[in-house]
Amino acid sequence: MSDDSHGTHEVREIPPANTGLIWRTFFILSAITAVEFTLAYFMKAGGFRTSIFVIMTLVKAFYIVGEFMHLKHEVKSLIWAIVVPIIFIVWLLIALITEGGSIFQLR
Amino acid sequence: MAATVTHNTLTTDSDQVFDKKTWMGGVEPMKVSYGKLMMWFFLISDTFTFSALLVTYGLIRYSYPAWDPIIHGEVFKFSNLYWPTPEKVYNSVPFLHGIDLPLIFVGIMTFILIFSSVTMVLAVEAGHRMDRKDVEKYMLWTILGGITFLGSQAWEWSHFIHGTETGTTISELVNGKTVQTTIFGANLVANQYGPPAFADLFFFITGFHGTHVLSGVVLNVLIFYRASTGLYEKRGHYEMVEKVGLYWHFVDLVWVFVFTFFYLV
Repeated sequence: MSDDSHGTHEVREIPPANTGLIWRTFFILSAITAVEFTLAYFMKAGGFRTSIFVIMTLVKAFYIVGEFMHLKHEVKSLIWAIVVPIIFIVWLLIALITEGGSIFQLR
Repeated sequence: MAATVTHNTLTTDSDQVFDKKTWMGGVEPMKVSYGKLMMWFFLISDTFTFSALLVTYGLIRYSYPAWDPIIHGEVFKFSNLYWPTPEKVYNSVPFLHGIDLPLIFVGIMTFILIFSSVTMVLAVEAGHRMDRKDVEKYMLWTILGGITFLGSQAWEWSHFIHGTETGTTISELVNGKTVQTTIFGANLVANQYGPPAFADLFFFITGFHGTHVLSGVVLNVLIFYRASTGLYEKRGHYEMVEKVGLYWHFVDLVWVFVFTFFYLV
Protein backbone atom coordinates (compact mmCIF):
# COMPACT_ATOMS: atom_id res chain seq x y z
CA MET A 1 0.00 0.00 0.00
CA SER A 2 2.65 2.45 1.00
CA ASP A 3 4.73 1.56 -2.11
CA ASP A 4 2.45 3.62 -4.36
CA SER A 5 2.98 6.89 -2.55
CA HIS A 6 6.76 6.44 -2.34
CA GLY A 7 7.25 5.52 -6.00
CA THR A 8 9.98 7.63 -7.61
CA HIS A 9 8.63 7.42 -11.17
CA GLU A 10 5.14 8.51 -10.34
CA VAL A 11 3.28 9.98 -13.32
CA ARG A 12 0.81 12.60 -12.14
CA GLU A 13 -2.23 13.56 -14.16
CA ILE A 14 -2.40 17.29 -14.76
CA PRO A 15 -6.03 18.41 -14.87
CA PRO A 16 -7.03 20.52 -17.89
CA ALA A 17 -6.94 24.30 -17.58
CA ASN A 18 -10.11 26.12 -16.54
CA THR A 19 -9.65 29.65 -17.85
CA GLY A 20 -13.13 30.73 -18.97
CA LEU A 21 -13.65 33.23 -16.17
CA ILE A 22 -10.18 34.73 -16.63
CA TRP A 23 -10.75 35.48 -20.32
CA ARG A 24 -14.22 36.82 -19.59
CA THR A 25 -12.73 39.27 -17.06
CA PHE A 26 -10.05 40.25 -19.59
CA PHE A 27 -12.74 40.89 -22.19
CA ILE A 28 -14.71 43.10 -19.79
CA LEU A 29 -11.60 45.12 -18.82
CA SER A 30 -10.60 45.60 -22.47
CA ALA A 31 -14.12 46.61 -23.49
CA ILE A 32 -14.36 49.22 -20.72
CA THR A 33 -10.95 50.65 -21.68
CA ALA A 34 -12.03 50.81 -25.32
CA VAL A 35 -15.21 52.69 -24.37
CA GLU A 36 -13.14 55.10 -22.25
CA PHE A 37 -11.02 55.85 -25.32
CA THR A 38 -14.05 56.47 -27.48
CA LEU A 39 -15.46 58.87 -24.89
CA ALA A 40 -12.10 60.67 -24.57
CA TYR A 41 -12.19 61.31 -28.33
CA PHE A 42 -15.80 62.11 -29.02
CA MET A 43 -17.23 63.58 -25.82
CA LYS A 44 -16.82 67.14 -24.59
CA ALA A 45 -14.66 67.42 -21.48
CA GLY A 46 -16.55 68.33 -18.35
CA GLY A 47 -17.98 67.13 -15.08
CA PHE A 48 -20.33 64.64 -16.71
CA ARG A 49 -17.59 62.93 -18.72
CA THR A 50 -15.33 62.89 -15.67
CA SER A 51 -17.97 61.16 -13.56
CA ILE A 52 -18.47 58.53 -16.29
CA PHE A 53 -14.70 57.93 -16.28
CA VAL A 54 -14.65 57.59 -12.48
CA ILE A 55 -17.51 55.07 -12.50
CA MET A 56 -15.85 53.03 -15.26
CA THR A 57 -12.55 53.05 -13.36
CA LEU A 58 -14.28 51.77 -10.24
CA VAL A 59 -15.93 48.98 -12.27
CA LYS A 60 -12.50 48.00 -13.65
CA ALA A 61 -11.05 48.08 -10.12
CA PHE A 62 -13.88 45.81 -8.97
CA TYR A 63 -13.04 43.22 -11.62
CA ILE A 64 -9.28 43.35 -11.04
CA VAL A 65 -9.56 43.06 -7.25
CA GLY A 66 -12.56 40.72 -7.28
CA GLU A 67 -11.55 38.24 -9.97
CA PHE A 68 -7.81 38.62 -10.64
CA MET A 69 -6.88 39.12 -6.99
CA HIS A 70 -9.60 36.65 -6.01
CA LEU A 71 -10.98 38.84 -3.23
CA LYS A 72 -14.58 38.16 -4.30
CA HIS A 73 -14.14 34.50 -3.39
CA GLU A 74 -12.47 35.06 -0.02
CA VAL A 75 -14.01 34.98 3.45
CA LYS A 76 -16.32 37.91 4.33
CA SER A 77 -14.10 39.14 7.17
CA LEU A 78 -11.12 39.44 4.79
CA ILE A 79 -13.20 41.28 2.20
CA TRP A 80 -14.33 43.83 4.78
CA ALA A 81 -10.83 44.16 6.27
CA ILE A 82 -9.62 45.26 2.83
CA VAL A 83 -12.60 47.33 1.70
CA VAL A 84 -13.44 49.32 4.84
CA PRO A 85 -10.08 51.23 5.09
CA ILE A 86 -10.86 52.71 1.64
CA ILE A 87 -13.20 55.08 3.54
CA PHE A 88 -10.11 57.04 4.61
CA ILE A 89 -9.20 57.62 0.96
CA VAL A 90 -12.71 58.88 0.20
CA TRP A 91 -12.39 61.28 3.11
CA LEU A 92 -8.97 62.50 1.94
CA LEU A 93 -10.28 62.96 -1.59
CA ILE A 94 -13.27 65.07 -0.52
CA ALA A 95 -11.20 67.12 1.94
CA LEU A 96 -8.37 67.94 -0.46
CA ILE A 97 -10.50 68.57 -3.55
CA THR A 98 -12.50 71.09 -1.51
CA GLU A 99 -9.21 72.60 -0.37
CA GLY A 100 -8.03 72.84 -3.99
CA GLY A 101 -11.24 74.62 -4.92
CA SER A 102 -10.74 77.25 -2.23
CA ILE A 103 -7.09 77.79 -3.21
CA PHE A 104 -8.38 78.43 -6.75
CA GLN A 105 -10.80 81.04 -5.36
CA LEU A 106 -7.96 82.80 -3.52
CA ARG A 107 -5.54 82.94 -6.47
CA MET B 1 -0.92 -1.20 13.64
CA ALA B 2 1.52 0.90 15.58
CA ALA B 3 1.09 3.70 13.08
CA THR B 4 -2.68 3.73 13.49
CA VAL B 5 -2.36 3.92 17.26
CA THR B 6 -0.13 7.02 17.20
CA HIS B 7 -2.46 8.54 14.66
CA ASN B 8 -5.37 8.07 17.03
CA THR B 9 -3.53 9.59 19.96
CA LEU B 10 -2.76 12.63 17.85
CA THR B 11 -6.35 13.22 16.84
CA THR B 12 -7.72 13.03 20.40
CA ASP B 13 -7.28 16.80 20.38
CA SER B 14 -10.41 16.96 18.29
CA ASP B 15 -12.44 16.29 21.46
CA GLN B 16 -11.60 19.82 22.45
CA VAL B 17 -13.79 22.24 20.53
CA PHE B 18 -11.87 25.01 18.79
CA ASP B 19 -13.62 28.13 17.75
CA LYS B 20 -12.62 28.42 14.11
CA LYS B 21 -13.32 32.14 13.99
CA THR B 22 -10.95 33.37 16.69
CA TRP B 23 -7.21 33.87 16.50
CA MET B 24 -5.72 31.31 18.90
CA GLY B 25 -3.03 29.64 16.87
CA GLY B 26 -3.34 26.76 14.44
CA VAL B 27 -6.44 28.12 12.75
CA GLU B 28 -6.86 30.58 9.89
CA PRO B 29 -10.01 32.61 10.57
CA MET B 30 -9.65 34.44 7.25
CA LYS B 31 -8.92 31.19 5.38
CA VAL B 32 -5.69 32.52 3.90
CA SER B 33 -2.12 31.78 4.92
CA TYR B 34 -0.04 34.22 6.95
CA GLY B 35 1.98 35.29 3.92
CA LYS B 36 -1.03 36.04 1.76
CA LEU B 37 -2.77 37.97 4.53
CA MET B 38 0.31 40.10 5.11
CA MET B 39 0.58 40.74 1.36
CA TRP B 40 -3.00 42.04 1.45
CA PHE B 41 -2.24 44.37 4.34
CA PHE B 42 0.93 45.58 2.65
CA LEU B 43 -1.12 46.33 -0.47
CA ILE B 44 -3.62 48.31 1.61
CA SER B 45 -0.77 50.47 2.94
CA ASP B 46 0.55 50.90 -0.59
CA THR B 47 -2.96 51.90 -1.68
CA PHE B 48 -2.78 54.76 0.82
CA THR B 49 0.55 55.93 -0.57
CA PHE B 50 -0.69 55.97 -4.16
CA SER B 51 -3.99 57.56 -3.15
CA ALA B 52 -2.11 60.32 -1.36
CA LEU B 53 -0.16 61.03 -4.56
CA LEU B 54 -3.22 60.95 -6.80
CA VAL B 55 -5.34 63.03 -4.42
CA THR B 56 -2.49 65.57 -4.29
CA TYR B 57 -2.70 65.70 -8.09
CA GLY B 58 -6.42 66.43 -7.74
CA LEU B 59 -5.80 69.17 -5.16
CA ILE B 60 -3.16 70.96 -7.25
CA ARG B 61 -5.12 70.59 -10.47
CA TYR B 62 -8.21 72.05 -8.86
CA SER B 63 -6.23 75.00 -7.57
CA TYR B 64 -5.33 75.98 -11.18
CA PRO B 65 -7.75 77.16 -13.84
CA ALA B 66 -8.52 74.74 -16.67
CA TRP B 67 -8.09 75.74 -20.31
CA ASP B 68 -11.18 77.59 -21.50
CA PRO B 69 -11.53 78.41 -25.25
CA ILE B 70 -13.50 81.59 -24.47
CA ILE B 71 -10.86 83.08 -22.14
CA HIS B 72 -7.59 81.60 -23.46
CA GLY B 73 -8.24 81.50 -27.21
CA GLU B 74 -9.87 78.99 -29.54
CA VAL B 75 -6.68 77.03 -30.28
CA PHE B 76 -5.09 75.22 -27.34
CA LYS B 77 -1.56 76.43 -26.51
CA PHE B 78 0.77 75.34 -23.73
CA SER B 79 0.91 78.03 -21.04
CA ASN B 80 1.93 78.28 -17.41
CA LEU B 81 -1.30 80.16 -16.68
CA TYR B 82 -3.61 77.13 -16.80
CA TRP B 83 -3.45 73.36 -16.41
CA PRO B 84 -2.75 71.59 -19.74
CA THR B 85 -5.22 69.23 -21.40
CA PRO B 86 -3.55 65.78 -21.15
CA GLU B 87 -4.38 64.68 -24.69
CA LYS B 88 -2.39 67.66 -26.02
CA VAL B 89 0.67 66.69 -23.95
CA TYR B 90 0.70 62.92 -24.54
CA ASN B 91 0.15 62.74 -28.28
CA SER B 92 3.25 61.01 -29.68
CA VAL B 93 3.98 57.43 -30.60
CA PRO B 94 7.49 56.00 -31.22
CA PHE B 95 8.57 55.98 -34.91
CA LEU B 96 5.65 58.24 -35.84
CA HIS B 97 7.32 61.59 -35.35
CA GLY B 98 5.27 64.75 -35.78
CA ILE B 99 1.90 63.02 -36.11
CA ASP B 100 -0.76 64.06 -33.58
CA LEU B 101 -2.00 60.80 -32.02
CA PRO B 102 -3.52 61.77 -28.67
CA LEU B 103 -3.31 59.10 -25.94
CA ILE B 104 -2.64 56.26 -28.41
CA PHE B 105 0.68 55.28 -26.84
CA VAL B 106 -0.73 55.38 -23.29
CA GLY B 107 -3.56 53.15 -24.51
CA ILE B 108 -1.06 50.62 -25.85
CA MET B 109 0.77 50.70 -22.49
CA THR B 110 -2.53 50.12 -20.66
CA PHE B 111 -3.31 47.08 -22.78
CA ILE B 112 0.21 45.68 -22.26
CA LEU B 113 -0.24 45.91 -18.49
CA ILE B 114 -3.77 44.43 -18.49
CA PHE B 115 -2.53 41.58 -20.66
CA SER B 116 0.43 40.85 -18.40
CA SER B 117 -2.06 40.76 -15.53
CA VAL B 118 -4.04 38.11 -17.42
CA THR B 119 -0.95 35.94 -18.00
CA MET B 120 -0.23 36.28 -14.27
CA VAL B 121 -3.67 34.86 -13.34
CA LEU B 122 -3.08 32.11 -15.86
CA ALA B 123 0.21 31.30 -14.06
CA VAL B 124 -1.62 31.22 -10.71
CA GLU B 125 -4.27 28.95 -12.22
CA ALA B 126 -1.57 26.64 -13.60
CA GLY B 127 -0.01 26.58 -10.12
CA HIS B 128 -3.28 25.31 -8.65
CA ARG B 129 -3.13 22.43 -11.12
CA MET B 130 0.54 21.80 -10.23
CA ASP B 131 1.36 22.28 -13.91
CA ARG B 132 5.00 23.37 -13.83
CA LYS B 133 5.35 23.83 -17.62
CA ASP B 134 2.38 26.21 -17.79
CA VAL B 135 3.57 28.18 -14.74
CA GLU B 136 6.93 28.70 -16.45
CA LYS B 137 5.32 29.69 -19.75
CA TYR B 138 2.91 32.23 -18.28
CA MET B 139 5.52 33.67 -15.89
CA LEU B 140 7.74 34.34 -18.90
CA TRP B 141 4.89 36.11 -20.71
CA THR B 142 4.23 38.19 -17.59
CA ILE B 143 7.90 39.17 -17.31
CA LEU B 144 7.95 40.08 -21.01
CA GLY B 145 4.86 42.28 -20.53
CA GLY B 146 6.44 44.01 -17.54
CA ILE B 147 9.67 44.73 -19.37
CA THR B 148 7.77 46.04 -22.43
CA PHE B 149 5.78 48.36 -20.18
CA LEU B 150 8.96 49.67 -18.53
CA GLY B 151 10.52 50.28 -21.93
CA SER B 152 7.45 52.18 -23.08
CA GLN B 153 7.53 54.29 -19.95
CA ALA B 154 11.21 55.07 -20.48
CA TRP B 155 10.37 56.33 -23.99
CA GLU B 156 7.45 58.35 -22.62
CA TRP B 157 9.69 59.97 -20.01
CA SER B 158 12.44 60.82 -22.44
CA HIS B 159 9.93 62.34 -24.84
CA PHE B 160 8.37 64.36 -22.01
CA ILE B 161 11.80 65.58 -20.84
CA HIS B 162 13.00 66.60 -24.31
CA GLY B 163 9.76 68.27 -25.32
CA THR B 164 8.56 69.55 -28.69
CA GLU B 165 10.74 71.17 -31.34
CA THR B 166 9.29 74.66 -31.01
CA GLY B 167 9.11 74.80 -27.23
CA THR B 168 6.86 77.21 -25.39
CA THR B 169 7.55 80.91 -24.84
CA ILE B 170 6.59 82.00 -21.35
CA SER B 171 6.56 85.57 -20.06
CA GLU B 172 7.49 86.00 -16.41
CA LEU B 173 7.84 88.95 -14.09
CA VAL B 174 11.47 89.14 -12.92
CA ASN B 175 12.39 92.15 -10.72
CA GLY B 176 9.43 94.14 -12.05
CA LYS B 177 10.30 93.52 -15.72
CA THR B 178 8.57 91.10 -18.06
CA VAL B 179 11.09 88.55 -19.32
CA GLN B 180 10.31 86.20 -22.20
CA THR B 181 11.91 82.77 -22.05
CA THR B 182 11.44 79.77 -24.31
CA ILE B 183 11.31 76.46 -22.49
CA PHE B 184 11.91 73.08 -24.13
CA GLY B 185 10.70 69.94 -22.43
CA ALA B 186 10.43 69.52 -18.69
CA ASN B 187 12.36 69.19 -15.47
CA LEU B 188 11.43 69.60 -11.81
CA VAL B 189 11.53 73.44 -11.83
CA ALA B 190 10.11 74.38 -15.24
CA ASN B 191 8.27 72.77 -18.10
CA GLN B 192 6.84 73.82 -21.44
CA TYR B 193 3.46 72.15 -20.91
CA GLY B 194 2.02 74.11 -18.00
CA PRO B 195 2.57 75.05 -14.35
CA PRO B 196 5.79 73.60 -12.83
CA ALA B 197 3.74 71.33 -10.54
CA PHE B 198 2.36 69.52 -13.60
CA ALA B 199 5.72 67.99 -14.54
CA ASP B 200 6.59 67.36 -10.87
CA LEU B 201 3.42 65.31 -10.40
CA PHE B 202 4.05 63.48 -13.67
CA PHE B 203 7.55 62.48 -12.57
CA PHE B 204 6.49 61.52 -9.05
CA ILE B 205 3.35 59.52 -9.84
CA THR B 206 4.44 57.66 -12.97
CA GLY B 207 7.93 57.29 -11.49
CA PHE B 208 6.61 55.76 -8.27
CA HIS B 209 4.39 53.43 -10.29
CA GLY B 210 7.29 52.53 -12.59
CA THR B 211 9.42 51.65 -9.55
CA HIS B 212 6.66 49.28 -8.47
CA VAL B 213 6.59 47.70 -11.92
CA LEU B 214 10.38 47.32 -11.79
CA SER B 215 10.31 45.55 -8.41
CA GLY B 216 7.39 43.45 -9.65
CA VAL B 217 9.47 42.31 -12.63
CA VAL B 218 12.37 41.43 -10.27
CA LEU B 219 9.99 39.37 -8.08
CA ASN B 220 8.51 37.69 -11.16
CA VAL B 221 11.98 36.70 -12.39
CA LEU B 222 12.73 35.24 -8.95
CA ILE B 223 9.47 33.27 -8.97
CA PHE B 224 10.13 32.06 -12.51
CA TYR B 225 13.61 30.87 -11.50
CA ARG B 226 12.33 29.02 -8.45
CA ALA B 227 9.44 27.46 -10.35
CA SER B 228 11.65 26.31 -13.21
CA THR B 229 14.24 24.80 -10.85
CA GLY B 230 11.41 22.78 -9.30
CA LEU B 231 11.42 24.30 -5.80
CA TYR B 232 7.65 24.77 -5.66
CA GLU B 233 6.99 21.30 -7.07
CA LYS B 234 9.13 19.88 -4.25
CA ARG B 235 7.31 22.09 -1.76
CA GLY B 236 3.99 20.74 -3.00
CA HIS B 237 2.26 24.05 -3.72
CA TYR B 238 2.68 27.19 -5.81
CA GLU B 239 1.50 29.70 -3.24
CA MET B 240 4.44 32.05 -3.84
CA VAL B 241 3.11 32.58 -7.37
CA GLU B 242 -0.20 33.69 -5.83
CA LYS B 243 1.46 36.13 -3.42
CA VAL B 244 3.58 37.78 -6.10
CA GLY B 245 0.53 37.63 -8.36
CA LEU B 246 -1.39 39.77 -5.83
CA TYR B 247 1.37 42.37 -5.99
CA TRP B 248 1.45 42.30 -9.80
CA HIS B 249 -2.33 42.80 -10.07
CA PHE B 250 -2.07 45.67 -7.63
CA VAL B 251 0.46 47.36 -9.93
CA ASP B 252 -2.04 46.95 -12.78
CA LEU B 253 -4.82 48.31 -10.57
CA VAL B 254 -2.80 51.43 -9.76
CA TRP B 255 -2.16 51.97 -13.46
CA VAL B 256 -5.92 51.86 -14.12
CA PHE B 257 -6.31 54.79 -11.72
CA VAL B 258 -3.25 56.67 -13.01
CA PHE B 259 -4.56 56.22 -16.56
CA THR B 260 -7.93 57.71 -15.68
CA PHE B 261 -6.86 60.58 -13.46
CA PHE B 262 -3.66 61.56 -15.21
CA TYR B 263 -4.37 60.92 -18.87
CA LEU B 264 -8.13 60.84 -19.44
CA VAL B 265 -9.63 63.42 -17.08
